Amino acid sequence: MTAVTRAEYCVIACAEAWRGAGEILASPMGLIPSVGARLARLTFAPELLLTDGEAILVGPDGAPEGWLPYRRHLTLVTGGRRHVMMGASQIDRYGNQNIACIGDWTKPRRQLLGVRGAPVNTLNNPTSYWIPRHSRRVFVERVDMVCGVGYDRVAEHPVAGRFHRIPRVVSDLGVFDFATPDHSMRLASLHPGVTAAQVREATGFELTVPDDLPWTREPTPEELRLIREVLDPKGTREREVPNPATAGEAVR
Amino acid sequence: MADKTMTADEAVSRLESGMTLGIGGWGSRRKPMALVRALLRSGITDLTVVSYGGPDVGMLAAAGRIRKLVAAFATLDSIPLEPHYRAARECGAFELMEVDEAMFMWGLHAAANRLPFIPVRAGIGSDVMRVNPGLRTVRSPYEDGETLVAMPALRMDAALVHLNRADRLGNGQYLGPDPYFDDLFCEAADRAYISCERIVDTAELTKEAAPQTLLVGRHTVHGVVDAPNGAHFTSCVPDYGRDEEFQRYYASTPWPEFAERFLTGDEQHYQRAVQAWRKEREETEEKKGKTAHEEKANEEKGHEEKAHEEQKASMEKEGT
Repeated sequence: MTAVTRAEYCVIACAEAWRGAGEILASPMGLIPSVGARLARLTFAPELLLTDGEAILVGPDGAPEGWLPYRRHLTLVTGGRRHVMMGASQIDRYGNQNIACIGDWTKPRRQLLGVRGAPVNTLNNPTSYWIPRHSRRVFVERVDMVCGVGYDRVAEHPVAGRFHRIPRVVSDLGVFDFATPDHSMRLASLHPGVTAAQVREATGFELTVPDDLPWTREPTPEELRLIREVLDPKGTREREVPNPATAGEAVR
Repeated sequence: MADKTMTADEAVSRLESGMTLGIGGWGSRRKPMALVRALLRSGITDLTVVSYGGPDVGMLAAAGRIRKLVAAFATLDSIPLEPHYRAARECGAFELMEVDEAMFMWGLHAAANRLPFIPVRAGIGSDVMRVNPGLRTVRSPYEDGETLVAMPALRMDAALVHLNRADRLGNGQYLGPDPYFDDLFCEAADRAYISCERIVDTAELTKEAAPQTLLVGRHTVHGVVDAPNGAHFTSCVPDYGRDEEFQRYYASTPWPEFAERFLTGDEQHYQRAVQAWRKEREETEEKKGKTAHEEKANEEKGHEEKAHEEQKASMEKEGT
């Protein structure tokens, strides 16, 4: 079997977000999180619920097992039985996320997706983030519009924020969490082939880097087989995150 | 009993400039596009549009008909950013009330239930509060004492929705997997106009479908418009899926050129123009006289793109 690619480490890092989550909906956004969620269900988290991309909850064989139109989806969010992995155009050290626009909101330099469900997600169900290209443009000192609420903001609203949790941020360079005294971002693991200096260089704010820094874990042979032969046989993951060994280290 | 059938132009003639208008569907899904096209033909402008935005918002924005938009996003789903919405926002073309998807839903519920607001746990701590200085919070009167956002009712003058079937009385039926919020839009508006793929006898509605597919009740409906292919180019499952090819064309063509070609006549003209566009496209494809090698390469690319699209589609639902 050929060497594990960066994209495949990212799949594993995303899949791990749903370990031990129980009977909840996994809502992956983005290709690699989607492969990760399905991998988790096929292996260590068989209880997970997944949709067909529309309004139907489907089992691993694609058979419908439930109905989840938007209105029920939103109730599932506020009921907390969901762990979403969203994208982020910008994210800051406390996990404030922006997907709405770049520049002044009244007349943005670049209109993006809009706030979508980020405000309700972050106050009600665990929300992780997936960032396929780690850079200073994404990991910023301050986001232009707070869509997903971060730890510093939610601290001002302890009651409404009691369900707030950002379990992890996964990028193409590593895994990050907020396990620090002030809930600022910490490097939790490096994908093999990446250095801490490289991550620091690509991050627009001061990052906590523990001395004893682990690598993102290796996929098992069975996981690798599932990723390559079952979940993403066309290898589209390699387009979302090109492998540095073959593509050359991207300039960040 | 009142026969509420009318043409799209008749429905739109009941609307006025300056109104608050709700538009059903979600993103590029089951949008009442035939009614939106009729709206574009009319001179009606200065609208406050309330929508889980798709090309309805994009087209009305491109045509300069929106004074204010209430939305959580505007997307074409398989094309994440609605290009005309984006362009309009980047030149500050209209006022925006940007709220969260759930806040929006509770605003519809409040309006449908004639409540001034509904308390929601969304928005707090986010910049939704900064960009909507009019939003207020309420404190729970019970022992939890939680502070919540008082999402105001999104009451509308009129609503436009598109369904799979309807009878002449205004009972509307959806046959796809998701009702979206079309019933709420009709209940939250003073008047609702529904278009549908096919008008059928009341008895026929439940001949093959379960009664819970009867989403919109006639007591909320003021006009029924027969509009086959009326959601085009958005999806109207199971009658048809999204016309991805045409949507890509819409998204990549300058608005004046698109409007000139497709929106200068009535709905029949539009549908014929789309057919002509498709034929023209197929002929150009044939004329290209590609070598077998090129064709194969393209085919492979096509497959890859399709796979990519499918992957994307599988994420779409995760919009929230």
